[in-house]
Parts: sequence; C-alpha cells; structure tokens
Amino acid sequence: MGKANNDSLDIRGGMRKKWLVHLFPLPAVAIYTIFIVYPILAAFTYSLFEWKGLVMGGFNQFENYKRLFMEEPYNTMFWNALSHNVYYFVIEMLVQNTIAFALAYVIYKKIKGVSFFKVAYFLPRLLSIIVVGFLWKLILNPNIGVLNATLRAVGLDSWATAWLGNPDTALTAIALINSWFAIGFYMLILLAGLQSISVEVLEAAKLDGATGLKLIRSVVLPMMFQPLVIVIVMTFIQSFEAFELVFAMQGSMGEPYYSTDLLAVFFYRTAFGTSGGDAGSLGIGSALAVVMFVIIATISALFMRYVNKREQT
Amino acid sequence: MSMKMMRRSLLYTAAIGYALLSLFPLALMLISSLKPNIEILTKPLELPSKLTFVSYEKLFLELDYAKYVFNSAYISIMSLLLVIVFSVMVSYYIARFQFKWNGLLFFYFLIGMMLPIKLGLVPLFLLIQDLNLVDSPWSVILIHVGSGLPMAVLILAGFFRTLPKELEEAAKIDGCTNAGLLMKILVPLMKPAIGTVTIINFIGVWNEFFFPMIFIQTEGKKTIPLAMQQLFGEFTTDWSVLFAGLTLSSLPMILIFAFASRQFMDGLTAGAVK
Repeated sequence: MGKANNDSLDIRGGMRKKWLVHLFPLPAVAIYTIFIVYPILAAFTYSLFEWKGLVMGGFNQFENYKRLFMEEPYNTMFWNALSHNVYYFVIEMLVQNTIAFALAYVIYKKIKGVSFFKVAYFLPRLLSIIVVGFLWKLILNPNIGVLNATLRAVGLDSWATAWLGNPDTALTAIALINSWFAIGFYMLILLAGLQSISVEVLEAAKLDGATGLKLIRSVVLPMMFQPLVIVIVMTFIQSFEAFELVFAMQGSMGEPYYSTDLLAVFFYRTAFGTSGGDAGSLGIGSALAVVMFVIIATISALFMRYVNKREQT
Repeated sequence: MSMKMMRRSLLYTAAIGYALLSLFPLALMLISSLKPNIEILTKPLELPSKLTFVSYEKLFLELDYAKYVFNSAYISIMSLLLVIVFSVMVSYYIARFQFKWNGLLFFYFLIGMMLPIKLGLVPLFLLIQDLNLVDSPWSVILIHVGSGLPMAVLILAGFFRTLPKELEEAAKIDGCTNAGLLMKILVPLMKPAIGTVTIINFIGVWNEFFFPMIFIQTEGKKTIPLAMQQLFGEFTTDWSVLFAGLTLSSLPMILIFAFASRQFMDGLTAGAVK
C-alpha cells in the first residue's frame, strides 16, 4: 500500500524536486551576498558620496579620494601606514616563512617526536590574536616584563629597552609576535608541500650530486611552487589587513607617534573616528577601504595568474 | 657517519630550540597565573614559591566567566551549524547538477576567499543598524556565516565530486528525493570534509575579536575576547589576575585541541592547500 503510494508520488515528486533543488543554494547565496559581497561593493559607492556623520549626503565624485591623497593629515597617515604594511609583510616573509620552512624541513627529515614538535609549533595559533597581543604586552613591559628581566639577568642590561614604547622597535616587535603566532600554521602548509614531492625525483637529484642548500634551492623549492605561492599570498593578505595586534598593544593611534600605524588601524580610526573624527570621515574611510581593496585584490590576482600560467606550461 | 650525526644533532637543536621559543610564553602565562602577584613583580623569572589560585578567585569575582563562555559558545555553535547546513546544500547543487550557472556560482563563492570583509565595515555597520541587529549576537553570527561559506563551499564541493555517483543513482531508483538522498546517504559519507569545515570555522569564530568589538556593546552579551579587552582596561596593576584571565580564555580551545590535535592540524592545512 505504502509502496504503491510512493511509486505514484514519484512521478509528481520528480517534477517537484526538479525546481525544489534550485532552492538549495538560496540560503548560502543570500547570506553571502548580503553580508559579504554587498558591503564590499557598497564601499565603492559610499566612497563617492559626501557623508554627514552616519547619514549619506550628495554625490561628490572623487572628493573623498582627493582628500585622502591631498589633505593633511590623511595623506601623511596613508603613506605612513602603507609603508608599515609593506615592512610588516617583508618581516613575515623573512622571519615567519623562513623559520616555518626550516621547521617543516626539519620535521620532513623524520626526526623523532614529530607529533610533539608539530603540536608545540602550532599551539600559539589556537589563541585569540587579541590574547596574543595582551600576553606579549606583559612580556615586553619595560620594567617588569620577562624579556627585559632576562636580558638583565644575563648581563645585557644595555639591550633592555621599552620595546613597544620605542618607535624604532615597536613595529618590528609586533611583526615578530605575529610570526610567533602564525609559524606553526605556515609550517604545516609547507610540510604538506614537502611531503608531496616524489621521493624518486629527490633521489635522482641526489645522485646528480645536489645536496644541502643547493638541493633545496634547485629541486625542492621549485617542486613545491604551489604551496609556496599559497603561503606568500596568505601572508600578503594577512599583512595588509592586520589590525588586532596593533589595536590591542598600541591602541587605535598606532602608538608611539603612529610608528605602528597600519592601513586597517588607520581605516578603523578614520571610519569610526576616535581621532580627527570630523565630518566626512565615513566617506574618507570608504575611499581608504576601496584603495586597500584594490591593493589586496590586484596583487593577489597577479600572484594567482602567475601560478596558473606556470602550471599550464 | 660523524657528519651524519652532526647533521642529525643540528636538526634536533633547531627543532627543540624553536619548540622552547614557541611554548615559553604559554608556560609563562600559566605559571604566572598561579604565582602571588608580588612574585611576578619581584621574581619574574622564578617558579612560584607556592602555587596559589587567588588570582582565579579574584578573576571570578570580577568577571562572569561562565557567561562569556556561554556567549562565545552560542555564537560559535550557531555560526558553525548554519555554515555547515548551508554550505552542504549549495555544494551539493554545484557538484551534482549540471546547470549553466553552476560554474559561475562556484566562482562567485571562490572570490569570497579574496575579499577581506573588514573593508566592508562601513556599509556593514549601517546594514546591521537597519536590520536592528546592533548588540545582537546574530549580527556577528550572520557575518561569520557569510565569511565562512567560501572556504566551506570549496572544500565540500571538492569532496562531493569524489563521491561515486552510482550510490545516488541507486537511491534515486529507490524513490529517494534529493533532500532525502543528501541527508541519509551523502552527509554521513562526508563526515571528514564536514569535520574540516567545522575546525577551520571554529578556531576563527571562537577567537574572533573585530566584529564582536564593533557590534556587541552590552556587558552581558560579550564574548571571551571582548572580556579580555575589558579585563586589561581594569586590572592594570594586578598582573596575576591578567595572566589568569589570559590562561582561562585560552583554555577551552586548548582542551578541545588536546582531544583532536591531528584533526585540527590536518583540517586547517586542508583548507589552505585546496
């Protein structure tokens, strides 16, 4: 009885499910469009309008961009912050990714205790980045922080400094703290890349006399080209939207004297006006968001295109 | 042979050296939280003369820790649930039905991996305000769901394609609807991929600071990272309480990690390498 019903329903059910299935993507598309795609597209529109507080005024063409690039203090702050983001990216590439690769290589060499080392390297990545910032703020405290206490204990008193209060060291310190946080994650990606290289190829290269650094440079790195580019692109995006560490440790002014200011911090400050919150900040904030978006999207896309081209040849 | 020994010991020196550097701040955080405050100031490098939980007592007096855990858990679980259900539905559609716009739909989600949603903050703020969601956990949940979807779709659609179609065809002959097929046959097979999506999103959502900071204002609705911000605004001299707060805020994630460290590490890299 039930069986017969099901069979007869199946014909109509077949009709029904044909259009019902088109509803499957609906919730995902709706939420993604409304809360991700729309706000980013809307930032483009917003940047072309005048703003009075939270109220949109009239269309004013590229006035916000003009002010961002021509008017004090916005223009100085923009170039200042941009140069810091570039510096941040360079430090992450040189320190974080080099160490991550070295550690991946060490683990790849099948030392004992691999799972312990993986966990040890990865553990900091589990913390909230805001917790990381606060923890290191305590460690780097000039008077009672552990770093300076250690330096004094080993007789390097002259090295002890106000790491975060000194404009010469603050940004580097923050970039290195981010490296500490992220190294385990990048190490795992690079390790997966290393493990995907075929053993035969490596053996053949060794027979040809390639060893040590030469082996790494001329055989290993080219063969893990794809994970390398993923690491570079992720590092790049992450460096250009970095916000939390500076906000937690140096506040929304990128102290001392804007020496740790980053584009995202400048953006937050401009849009939500904790300083210089004059009329039109939402417009300038949106213009800045668009400029940051263009920088991030263009450079990531260039990297990705380069990879695709290389893979096709 | 001795050359080889030297190389081995170099490898171990590097491995152990960095492990110490990686773990030291975490150990310091835990140990300092169990130290009397005066010893943090006078003997920062020494182990505590006696273990004390005074800092935790003070912390619990000051902060309603259970409430922050509940708020964080509520936001995380809701976000994860919706990301998983919605991404399974759309990925199934993308991977299994050959319509013209499928490729486009997949691409539409893929570009989301490159969109830093922080940059949409101004329109997002006005949108959340118009939707009357300011100070509601749903402001943060909906943003998390939206930003979690692209990676989830990438992983799940890739996984759907690896499942043999014969299974579904057999089920369809038996009169199974698409929804029934998805729930009863495909989802159980997809546990590993769903696990990956869960882990990637869980770490991000649980630790998220930026959007909760913008949208959650009422004390009673704050998440753990927001509570830390508040704690550091109040207790600037009592460092043992600060360390206790940091330790306690990291504890839930570290405990969960302890039970599934392999899945965590594999899951996060799977997401990145895909």
